[in-house]
Amino acid sequence: MSNQNANVRGLLGRKLGMTQTWDAANRVVPVTVVAADTNVVTQIRKAETDGYSAIQIGFGEIDGRKVNKPKSGHFAKAGVTPRRHLVEIRTDAVEGYEVGQEISPELFASGDIVDVTGTSKGKGFAGVMKRHGFHGVGASHGAHRNHRKPGSIGGCATPGRVFKGLRMAGHMGNDRVTTQSLTVHSVDTDKGLILIKGAVPGPKGGLVVIRSATKRTEKGVTK
Amino acid sequence: MTNAIDAVASESFRDDIPAFRAGDTLKVHVRVVEGNRSRVQLFQGVCIKVQGSGIGRTFTVRKVSFGVGVERTFPLHTPVLEKIEVATRGDVRRAKLYYLRNLRGKAAKIKEKREV
Repeated sequence: MSNQNANVRGLLGRKLGMTQTWDAANRVVPVTVVAADTNVVTQIRKAETDGYSAIQIGFGEIDGRKVNKPKSGHFAKAGVTPRRHLVEIRTDAVEGYEVGQEISPELFASGDIVDVTGTSKGKGFAGVMKRHGFHGVGASHGAHRNHRKPGSIGGCATPGRVFKGLRMAGHMGNDRVTTQSLTVHSVDTDKGLILIKGAVPGPKGGLVVIRSATKRTEKGVTK
Repeated sequence: MTNAIDAVASESFRDDIPAFRAGDTLKVHVRVVEGNRSRVQLFQGVCIKVQGSGIGRTFTVRKVSFGVGVERTFPLHTPVLEKIEVATRGDVRRAKLYYLRNLRGKAAKIKEKREV
């Protein structure tokens, strides 16, 4: 796993929503549209200075007055206007990048396999049926106010406690979620859009990180 | 935000589709690929349903073939369709003509719309 970050490319985008289009064989392709313009390199991490190698990229417009002093100093050092989001992409291939350089969606091409990370939609405090897919309790046969409950959560005097990690009701969603091995359908450089086949975590308008896939290099080929 | 989505979808919109609704008899010319050559197949029948909006809009055509009812649903904007012709306009009072599935022969016939 030493070369796990060997040739990782990545950028930030904003999920716009889903639509559909057709591929070369006239089959319907469901696509997520991600706006990935205005990505800019703000810092390059190197093993000698930082102990690891990565590129730090900024994305998204922000009013300059809203940026605090430490951050605005950081952006000024990179010679770029302040951005709303900063993310580091761990990669060993940092040679091609310069601080202040803009990254266009052309980084990815049609057919590339990518991992997309986002923050899933929050579901609030959810019961076990919604959160863990439990089957609940029968609707009839005398079940009394007992339809969506988990049932037993363990023994009585032995073990005399509830095991750790037992799946119960609780907060669901609003987590960092990565969907792996999605295919890039097409890239529109003029509009700064990336069309990714399939669904992507998070709400419309949510921030997503698009990274080269960790498990696959191309369709059907596992690393 | 939605404008960008609409812009992406509008690239695949077709502008050669005639206006039709449920009850109309349609001639649907479908491109069929067999091996490495393609030909055009005609599917003629009554449109019993038009549903959805935008790029996801679909329509369903029903015909009775050798006594067996056949329904095919097409995306309205699919490039598979060579063309759509409206053979007759039907006079119906429903948007979804599912009741035709339970009717046979003359009862399943749809009155032609009289233009006034």
